[in-house]
Amino acid sequence: MTTRTRRLALTVNGEAVSREVPVRQNLVDFLRHDLGFTGSHVGCEQGACGACTVVLDDETVRGCLVLAVQADGCDVRTIEGSGDLLGDLRQSFHELNALQCGFCTPGMMLSAEELLQANPTPSRQEIRDYLSGNFCRCTGYQAIVDAVAAVAAKRQGGAAS
Amino acid sequence: MSIGASVPRDRARRLLLGRGNYVDDIALPRMLHLALVRSPYAHANVGTIDIADALALPGVVAIFTAEDLEDAVSSWRAEHKLFPAMAAPKQFALARDVVRWQGEAVAAVLGNSRAEAEDGAELVSVAWNELPAVTDANQALAPDAPILHDDMDNNLAFQTQVTAGDVETAFNEADHVEQETFRFHRHSGVSLEPRGIIAEFEPSESRLTVHQSHQTPHQQQDLYARLLALPEHKVRVICPDVGGAFGLKHHLMADELVACAAARLLERPVKYIADRLESFLADVHCRDHEITARMAFSATGEILGIQLDDLFNAGAYGQYPRSSIAEGNQISRLTGAPYRHQHYRADVRMAFLNKSILGHIRSVGHPIACAVAERLVDLGAETLGLDPIEVRRKNYLNGDDFPRTSAGGVEFEQLSFNGCLDKALEIVDMTEFRREQAELRAQGIYRGIGVATFVELTAIGPEYYGEGGQHISAQETCLLRLEASGTVRCYTGTTDQGQGIDTGIQQVVADELGVALADIEIISGDSALCPMGGGSWGSRGAALGGEAALRAAATLKQNILNIAASQLQKDPGDLNIDQGVVIDGASGAAHMAVPEIARIGHFQPYSIPDGVSADLTVTERYASRGRMFLAGNGLQTAIVEVDVDSGLVTPLRHVVVHDCGRILNPLLVQEQVRGGVIQGIGAALYEELCYDEDGHLLTGSFADYLVPMAGEMPDIEVAHIETPAKTSELGAKGAGEAGTAGAVGAILNAVNDAIMPFNTSIAETPITPPRLLQALRRI
Repeated sequence: MTTRTRRLALTVNGEAVSREVPVRQNLVDFLRHDLGFTGSHVGCEQGACGACTVVLDDETVRGCLVLAVQADGCDVRTIEGSGDLLGDLRQSFHELNALQCGFCTPGMMLSAEELLQANPTPSRQEIRDYLSGNFCRCTGYQAIVDAVAAVAAKRQGGAAS
Repeated sequence: MSIGASVPRDRARRLLLGRGNYVDDIALPRMLHLALVRSPYAHANVGTIDIADALALPGVVAIFTAEDLEDAVSSWRAEHKLFPAMAAPKQFALARDVVRWQGEAVAAVLGNSRAEAEDGAELVSVAWNELPAVTDANQALAPDAPILHDDMDNNLAFQTQVTAGDVETAFNEADHVEQETFRFHRHSGVSLEPRGIIAEFEPSESRLTVHQSHQTPHQQQDLYARLLALPEHKVRVICPDVGGAFGLKHHLMADELVACAAARLLERPVKYIADRLESFLADVHCRDHEITARMAFSATGEILGIQLDDLFNAGAYGQYPRSSIAEGNQISRLTGAPYRHQHYRADVRMAFLNKSILGHIRSVGHPIACAVAERLVDLGAETLGLDPIEVRRKNYLNGDDFPRTSAGGVEFEQLSFNGCLDKALEIVDMTEFRREQAELRAQGIYRGIGVATFVELTAIGPEYYGEGGQHISAQETCLLRLEASGTVRCYTGTTDQGQGIDTGIQQVVADELGVALADIEIISGDSALCPMGGGSWGSRGAALGGEAALRAAATLKQNILNIAASQLQKDPGDLNIDQGVVIDGASGAAHMAVPEIARIGHFQPYSIPDGVSADLTVTERYASRGRMFLAGNGLQTAIVEVDVDSGLVTPLRHVVVHDCGRILNPLLVQEQVRGGVIQGIGAALYEELCYDEDGHLLTGSFADYLVPMAGEMPDIEVAHIETPAKTSELGAKGAGEAGTAGAVGAILNAVNDAIMPFNTSIAETPITPPRLLQALRRI
């Protein structure tokens, strides 16, 4: 068996990257093992758990359901490249203990940020529904919902709920 | 005060930046990747294993079968000397001759990448000879059942009985006896990060270094040393960031041992990360109990006696090193534990059958013991026409009943059942709920409320595994090192898997020592660096590790004061430390900063008179005495809505009132309890490892094995009562079991309350739509 490869050129966290990759390799494995962006995690490889969530051309995708070669020419952003953008979410997650083991957290925050961009004033149930593609086994989800709601309120200029 | 403050965790900052360091994030030079060839059958003879095609594949470096590992790894038996009659069949790292569950591994393929190793695994050809499989405990114990283990006459692994008082008389004289048969199906811990390991062997020094996603580094050090015949001090187990554990990661797993053996044989680092299908197939599982239980009542609702039969299974082997009996044992000791009855009998039988091994997953046995008793209380109250809340109150162990050894044989110091109930009733207006319930029923909307009282066994004492013969440390030691700058390193034997015990211990040390939290760094999860300890499982961190830290901090503080006193020409007893400064104990006047004392202690020790105790690296230990467990308690209330057409259950509201003694950090404890509740709701409504009659797993993905997601879950209100443990200075009890312990019973009772108008009931979890529709006789 020979493993077919293809050259891939894309932008990851603002930097141009060019690599030869196996065509069967998925995006999250490429990001983690070829580029060392280990902030995106692998929880199921079935597109169900959301731990591998990354941003591909401004939309969140499952890094395990996208082949690396499909990202050719694209702009990819992971948790590592989301520093300032997620500053208030990160602080809110920290203060309200919206994470325990942290394995779901990068994906959870990227999904939360996408929600807040699309809907700056989500209800608690809207937050819960939007984050229902991101499995968290440790928390009761409540602190996560609290943290996202607090950021939404702050961004609207109101007090944290 | 730092203890009791809601302090966020230091480690979380890194995790929030995506800078966590989980096992799969680590790569070592020339590292190989392990893929396992697993049995497609639940029970089969293993014939010839042909590896030639696989070995010829580019990227495949080596392949091992059981024979290749024969000299490298010892086999093991899951014995427990407190249960000497328990069968403990021999297990090997790779199965030889016979596989006993679907997913048991028979060959190890090492490749340059995981993908190449998997390519190789697919080309390994095994001559399987399928045998009849046993997939149900009743079937396993039937006279004609195929027997799993050659050295046994049947599949009965163990049976035991716990008894108190005179059950026969109590039941004969009762005004009413309630009976129900319950079925709690098999599920697992399902940490988001699967099991994972990197094993690295240095042949010139016989040194094995392991990075593993695990809860008990010292236990693993001991196991790897013994099973691989290495000197223990040459084995180092490092647990970096751990992506959730829930008991799943405090066992020996054969797969990980294979990785260690391969690393040794090949003298190259070997990584093994379980994928999700492997996790469902080969992780340890939990529950899978069938219980028939009876509760005897007087006409006024007094509980006179409880009797139960628990039939469960260990899976294919006993779980090592703890054995698989604990879940049955906990159920036999905890069922009805909140109540005053004197007459009690629990019979437990554990069978072997062709499924993955049953282990210790969060809240071992508790959710079942709680659900069984609490359902029977509701049923009894209903038949007797009594208020189920009042029946509970009438029977709760209360003030003067303590201290007490329960009918099931568990020591209770002081529990707060009535206090928890009172608080729950302040939060939930039962009268209003009943009014609304009646109103909605008239509209065809079926809501129910369920209450479940639970006892939470935490901080296991040294006697259980010590007498059992297991090498499992049940004491904790803390090492504190005052650095020359005056900051502190704290080394603990407990481990942090996200629950935040590192922060709790940091708070204890900060308080006792009188220095700022930021000046204390916690080092945990490293068997070479940290004092020998038990890790974190069974809610032991705060109660045991916290107490050891308190003692170590007291000793270090004394030595700091001794040095200060020697410089100040004062009595150390007249001094104290506050905010990092040695002060006069009476006036509060500042004398010297702790960094100044550290400098003197480390660099100018000649200025300290002989005979002054001035050690700036100290260790203290804590082991409980004379008790198996430290019991806490609590109560949960669930409100659900049942769609009687679809069978879907929607949790609407959930309230927990919990007493875990002194709370180190409410912010962390509250969400830990909520996370436990979510796992309990998962067990109650969604999570089930389903097998077909041949023992083939039907739920190998998250599409089939449903876990609770944010959208379905309610907000969970958590309140606390604090009854400090009397046997320790800190007064903390464990908190990690509570959420899961009570949620199944609360949901089960709530669903049954909701469907009461249909004159039916359900006693099987998870309460899936098909099961509920069957109970409602709609399908």
